[in-house]
Amino acid sequence: MVNLCPVMSNPGWPLAKTVSQRTSRRESGAVQRKSRVSDRLGAWRSHHRLVASQSLQRLLTHPLASILTWMVIGIALALPASLFIALDNLQQLTGGWDSAARISVYLHDSVSESAGRRLGEKLLEKPEISDFSYISKAEALAEFSTLSGFGSVIDELPDNPLPAVVLLQPALGLGSAEALEVLVREVQQLPEVELAQMDVQWVQRLYRLMELGKRVTLALAALLGLGVLLVTGNTIRLAIESRREEIEVVKLVGGTDAYVRRPFIYTGVWYGFGGGIVAWFLLLGLVAWLDGAVAGLVGLYDSQFELHGLGVAGSALLLLAGVLLGLGGSWLAVSRHLGAIQPQ
Amino acid sequence: MIQFDNVSKRYSSGHEALNRLSFQVRRDEMVFLTGHSGAGKSTLLKLIMLMERPSAGQVLVNGQNLKKLGRRQIPYHRRRVGVVFQNHQLLFDRTVFDNVALPLLIAGYHPRDVGRRVRAALDKVGLLKREKQSPINLSGGEQQRVGIARAVVNKPLVLLADEPTGNLDPELSAEIMLLFKQFNQVGVTVLIATHDLALVARMPNRMMALRDGQLVPGHEQSGVALG
Repeated sequence: MVNLCPVMSNPGWPLAKTVSQRTSRRESGAVQRKSRVSDRLGAWRSHHRLVASQSLQRLLTHPLASILTWMVIGIALALPASLFIALDNLQQLTGGWDSAARISVYLHDSVSESAGRRLGEKLLEKPEISDFSYISKAEALAEFSTLSGFGSVIDELPDNPLPAVVLLQPALGLGSAEALEVLVREVQQLPEVELAQMDVQWVQRLYRLMELGKRVTLALAALLGLGVLLVTGNTIRLAIESRREEIEVVKLVGGTDAYVRRPFIYTGVWYGFGGGIVAWFLLLGLVAWLDGAVAGLVGLYDSQFELHGLGVAGSALLLLAGVLLGLGGSWLAVSRHLGAIQPQ
Repeated sequence: MIQFDNVSKRYSSGHEALNRLSFQVRRDEMVFLTGHSGAGKSTLLKLIMLMERPSAGQVLVNGQNLKKLGRRQIPYHRRRVGVVFQNHQLLFDRTVFDNVALPLLIAGYHPRDVGRRVRAALDKVGLLKREKQSPINLSGGEQQRVGIARAVVNKPLVLLADEPTGNLDPELSAEIMLLFKQFNQVGVTVLIATHDLALVARMPNRMMALRDGQLVPGHEQSGVALG
């Protein structure tokens, strides 16, 4: 992965062309000026601008090599980013199931309706519970016979086999899954209760799986980020190697380390930024491609779910990640290799 | 302006390039440094440029003890010393103008000053009309003059030249020497390393001869006293 781009594009110290164009107009009547502090600051800023634009121009004069590097970085960024998007969508999808998370408390037959309602009131005092409803044996039977289609069979039964139920609504949805489990065990101990259970344990399991997915994605992102760092570092190392002569001359006429470093740092930043843009388009394509399939699937479930991409904040984060990794990679290469080049 | 006190330079290979060398070049002076190749001329210039550090002794430039300059201060020291090489060290991927402008851009001159100074330097070496060309299209003598323009564009206190006429015919060499003389006349201290004794003989300036890393005694041409 590291040595993908042997063809090098060169960064460069600013050429004075733009400078000479700018100055030629004011040439006449030029007054001898010492370079004052404000002047130097201005020159420093304009030098940064110049280096930034010229290192980009240099990349664009070797489009093939640059595009290769951008693709490598882009793919490495797009992979973890697409997993993040997938997780994000899954989270959005399951977010709607929170209201389905309920605790069913089945009561002993001996517990009267008023005692059952009192139990509900008592449990409502707990902060984890936001609401409760009491379903009597008769209501349960009526509901069961209409929903199950066994109405006539049930009518034959000598007595009602269904227990009365207290349905508890958790205050925080599934976000507080662990606290709820404790609560369920607590309720189970109550004398009136025959059985207490969470209705949506599979949703909980899904949450756990997503937690695992998040970790895998993070690990992958870290690994691929390291890859981007090394790719940029190696590309910059080759750039340094190919500009050895120029570096020597610049150092000979008084170029500071920062000055020599600057074009390479900017080149790394451009690599990272370009890689981020490639990744962004890859993700855009991926989401567009999956959207149709997802819409069809979602239609079968009669859901309002819509696949969504990175969004503005996510896009900014992706580009920032690219830029920072490019910066880091070039810094790595520069600090390792530039010092060794001295005029002979 | 340039002062060597008992300077020795021994390379890690064991070769002793300079051996307890002491001399002084006064402000506004123009001095030739001669000797066979390997006599230590290049090493001497490299010590002044801080491309090498002496093994012993000390080098002073404009009263500044170079030993006291750290790695980070080397660039600022080099901005005060112009240097011309036999092989020009020009960058062929940019124009003559850009080559000469390099030291000014590095030193952080304001863009409005850069164009004026570069053109003044090119005018002085007679290449003002060539500013937009690439150095690769110039003759050897012209390339050397671009190198000189680059060395003086920053108005250095000291101008060093290492075999500046090495590849040039006598007529061009004389032209180059005339240029150095003109810079010397406006106050630049000039030190020229060359093995072209015939050329040196025609110049009235002081000459120092190096042999085996030491000055050859009694080889002073112009009678300017040492130290």
